[in-house]
Amino acid sequence: MSEYRGGAQARTALARRHRVRAWEPLPWIVALGFFFAFPKHLGFGTEVLVTILFALSLDLVLGYAGIVTLGHAAFFGVGAYTVGMLAKHGLWNEPLTSLALAGIVGAAVGLGSGLVLLRTRGLTLLMLTLCTMALLEEAGNLAHTWTGGFDGLDSLPIAPLLGRFEFSPLYPTTQYLYVLVVLFLCFVFVRTLVYSPFGQSLTGIRENILRMPAVGAPVPRRLAVCYTLSAGIAGIAGGIWAQANAYVNLGTLGLDRAATVLIMLALGGRGRLYGAFVGAIAYMVLSHFLSKIYPTAWQLGLGLLLVVIALFAHNGILGLGETVWRRLRVSRPLNMGAPQHRTPNPPL
Amino acid sequence: MLLGGIAAGMILFIVSVGLSVTMGLMGFVNLAHGGFAMLGGYAIVLAMKHWGLGFVTALAFGFLATAAASVVLERLLYARLYRATELDQVLFTIGLVFIMIASLTLRFGPENQPLTLPRALQGQIDLGFVQYRTYSLVLIVTGIAIVVALWLGFERTRLGAQIRAAVDNRRMAESLGINIARLFTITFALGSGMAALGGGLGAEFLGLDPQYALKYLVYFLIVVAVGGLGRVTGVFFAALLIGVLDFVLKKYLPQGGPMFIYAVTIVLLLWRPQGLFGGKAA
Repeated sequence: MSEYRGGAQARTALARRHRVRAWEPLPWIVALGFFFAFPKHLGFGTEVLVTILFALSLDLVLGYAGIVTLGHAAFFGVGAYTVGMLAKHGLWNEPLTSLALAGIVGAAVGLGSGLVLLRTRGLTLLMLTLCTMALLEEAGNLAHTWTGGFDGLDSLPIAPLLGRFEFSPLYPTTQYLYVLVVLFLCFVFVRTLVYSPFGQSLTGIRENILRMPAVGAPVPRRLAVCYTLSAGIAGIAGGIWAQANAYVNLGTLGLDRAATVLIMLALGGRGRLYGAFVGAIAYMVLSHFLSKIYPTAWQLGLGLLLVVIALFAHNGILGLGETVWRRLRVSRPLNMGAPQHRTPNPPL
Repeated sequence: MLLGGIAAGMILFIVSVGLSVTMGLMGFVNLAHGGFAMLGGYAIVLAMKHWGLGFVTALAFGFLATAAASVVLERLLYARLYRATELDQVLFTIGLVFIMIASLTLRFGPENQPLTLPRALQGQIDLGFVQYRTYSLVLIVTGIAIVVALWLGFERTRLGAQIRAAVDNRRMAESLGINIARLFTITFALGSGMAALGGGLGAEFLGLDPQYALKYLVYFLIVVAVGGLGRVTGVFFAALLIGVLDFVLKKYLPQGGPMFIYAVTIVLLLWRPQGLFGGKAA
């Protein structure tokens, strides 16, 4: 009986974790508020939202499944080039369907490479993801009749959204709201996924890759599915980036982009749903203001920040906030003799 | 013809061998290794320019200065992360590279630091059947000398035996009383010093600017991954392979060269995930 009660307790505890918290609508209200408050900065806002989406896709593989990859921009770039090449060569430029295609192509590349690469671990996996991305970048450079080579493809003729809302480069109101809606849908998907039994098993794989097969989890298949889904979301992020900016270039496939998104996620806090949000916003705002004025000092500061995060704050800004919050909350019941609870990595 | 590629391979080997051994020893993903090569290159080139040191003295100075700096960093910072996750190690070393790049840019500017070779090493040499660049030959001879020295050091000395034991099975080596921490500090210093030599020797054709640390990092990593962790001879052959391949492809296939190298690397790593010459699972 007691065993059963334990199971029930665990079940309610798990169920409680995915309940929507009171503050969770807040980021979306802020994002909508930004639309009305800063109409002049919507271009930057759109860029930030796309980056959040990309970081969210990385969080799924890195933060939840614990796959360390240096080549996640491969899927972003593939998605961006899918949209770009279809539009530039006059094949297809309806935004919603081509975005879906970008996601599908990203996922297909993720599935194909994931099935092969995910057998390895450690340095080999790191190098394989890196080389796959570099290979795609070089291929993009070589096939310049299709991809525009080093210069990329610009002034993509993207059709109006739903047949009425124009993508205007000067007043990116359509882009901002469009990206916001797509981000919201993807976020709901990821949120549901990570709290599902599937998502829990990913966390299990991250925490102990040897024990999970022992409890009967099909580890390679779980990892491949997770990698594919994440690649699909990254493809969507890339596709929407190409639509919002009306251009693609090889930078979408580069190591710079892959490293930057990794840094953002580490900065915000990995394995946490809102880590991608906090990290991307913090990084983008800082770099937006600093990197143009003092590019070298920005790089120096970023380097110091990374060293500090790696040494002292493994869970990024959100992790720090959580620690402080827990100390504040725990200090009172502790005086009354209550046991000190410490759940490992409670997801926000 | 091939000599240029072999010379490039030697440079790759000299820089990468330290990375291979330190990674094999501690499983530490050190993306800042190229940064040490860069720091060493700067030390060597600037010592020649401002203090008028000879090429060989400057190389020795660069080796010692970089090795000393790396010991300080290793004891203060790296040592805290040996048990950390790969991701933390990656982030930490990327951060370190950024700091190195930014400090060098602030201090010496973003431009290339040219290396002036001593007169004796410039020009061509007559090999009887073909004229060749003296410096390439010097590089090849130096590279072979270093391989032989390292091989002897690895196979014939007590320290080398300890390193090999620790790479193969760290726990077992530790329980036999080998002081792994000390061993690692020594190896790390030697590896960084070697990287510095490579940075200085290769400055003539790889160039030397603050982006060096990132520009060639992928090549160093490919060499290590293909050669196998903690394998001197493996790294040597991998470096030669990549060096010659890169050189030949640049000549005959200037467009698709890098792509071919990445493809070869992927195939090799899938075929032998521990590297061509690696023994144990990574």
